[in-house]
Amino acid sequence: MAGIVELLINGLLLGALYALFALGLSLSLGVMKMINLAHGDFIVLGAYLAGAAMSTTGWPALACIGLVVPVMFAIGWALQAGLLNRVVGAHELSPLLVTFGLSVVIQNVLMEVFTANTRSLPSGDLALQGLRLGDVSIGLLPLLIGLVCVALYAGTHVLVSRTHLGRQARAVADDSATARLVGVDDRRFFALMAGFVMAVTGLAAVLYGVRTPFAPTAGPERLLFAFEAVVLGGLGNLWGSFAGGLVIGLAQVLGTQVSTGLGPFFSHLVFLVALLVRPQGLFGAPRH
Amino acid sequence: MLRIESLDAHYGLFQALFGVTLSIAPGETVALIGSNGAGKTTLLRSLAGALRVRADSVLLDGEPVGGSAEREQLSRGIALVPEGRRLFASLTVLENMQLAAANGRRGAWSIERVLESFPALRALLSRPATALSGGQQQLVAIARALVCNPAFLLCDEVSLGLSPLVVDEVYRLLAIARGDGMAIVLVEQNVRRALTESDRYVCIQKGRVVLEGISASADRHAVAQAYFGV
Repeated sequence: MAGIVELLINGLLLGALYALFALGLSLSLGVMKMINLAHGDFIVLGAYLAGAAMSTTGWPALACIGLVVPVMFAIGWALQAGLLNRVVGAHELSPLLVTFGLSVVIQNVLMEVFTANTRSLPSGDLALQGLRLGDVSIGLLPLLIGLVCVALYAGTHVLVSRTHLGRQARAVADDSATARLVGVDDRRFFALMAGFVMAVTGLAAVLYGVRTPFAPTAGPERLLFAFEAVVLGGLGNLWGSFAGGLVIGLAQVLGTQVSTGLGPFFSHLVFLVALLVRPQGLFGAPRH
Repeated sequence: MLRIESLDAHYGLFQALFGVTLSIAPGETVALIGSNGAGKTTLLRSLAGALRVRADSVLLDGEPVGGSAEREQLSRGIALVPEGRRLFASLTVLENMQLAAANGRRGAWSIERVLESFPALRALLSRPATALSGGQQQLVAIARALVCNPAFLLCDEVSLGLSPLVVDEVYRLLAIARGDGMAIVLVEQNVRRALTESDRYVCIQKGRVVLEGISASADRHAVAQAYFGV
């Protein structure tokens, strides 16, 4: 019994990491109607940046979040203002092609600079510590990631539903032409938003790097998990992406019980079946 | 004074306006009359910055302002109430107005003043904007432009699809704005109504101004001819 509870908790906590991956993707898809195919590669880039920050400053991994997040914000802002604003809104295919190209470029630059070797962010004894509740033991690091995930989703929810920034985001998502009529500068707003998305990605990247070993080519699979979480939850539904992440993580951990190597296969399978049953996603509005 | 001088407007290769020249004085109401596709909406969109036009084809107090972005026109005091209301569905009634008010100019109009003029809206503030009736949505759409405190309010088909009683409500709101000295450019399908609500009228046909005059002394027959292009 305790084993099953532990399994479920581990699945949800892995899902929390996927939900973190999905948050940025969900926002840029929901508001800018843009799919960033390099999203996974930016996660890996963030992890490498954290590695570089650690070896330069000597700080522990989690402290490097303070460096990686602002750098990633700047990258996101510059990328949107300088490049992606030229293609967003024009045609759905254009941002796809540009970010696909970016994905290739990032992977190869990472390969060139950091070699193809798998590496990880050492986190000292944090990775070994756990909490015991009766017969159930939970790793401290996954728990921390879970808490960060819930806090970020809650924070984003407040930002979107209560602030002027959030009203702008929803207005642009509804109807960007009319949003401009009431004085919203959608291009500047997109740059700000891409910065925010990339900052969240940076935070997720460090936590990912601490939890799992990574290599320059790990990006596309991260993108796949994030994308599945977003689509499973229902496009444009923030908490849907959160739930989607949890389902994907849970399926993966339970799948590992069936066969050790088949975890990701089962998460993809659950995604496929769920999509067949509810094409609009778990929390999406039905399409007309 | 908002002056439009030899304004050409294009949608890609298609030219929608040909050398339109007219002016709108502060505080006056001008009705744009013309059939569907005549170019009335295009003219309003050109003024509001939603359509790129030559800088010197729109002059505000002598300064060329054509081709500026929407938010720049808004800060200069030109606001558009778009056809079909276009309220933000994900925002409540209050949020629709808050968003505009935060981006607009300071002045006599506030959300509170809208609510004082139309107390019925107060109970609807927290509703999603699109859950309102057509007439209520139209009032909110106009209010959304009013709280930006424009000097020139451009109204595109504000009575379309509304019952006569509700249309009166919409014009009551516009009359309050007019009382403040706000200039209004009115696109209205109902020619009779357009003439009673305006100081001057301008008839547009196939992208060109074909007739203009004082609304009170308008020759209905001539206006009808200009409208139908016979």
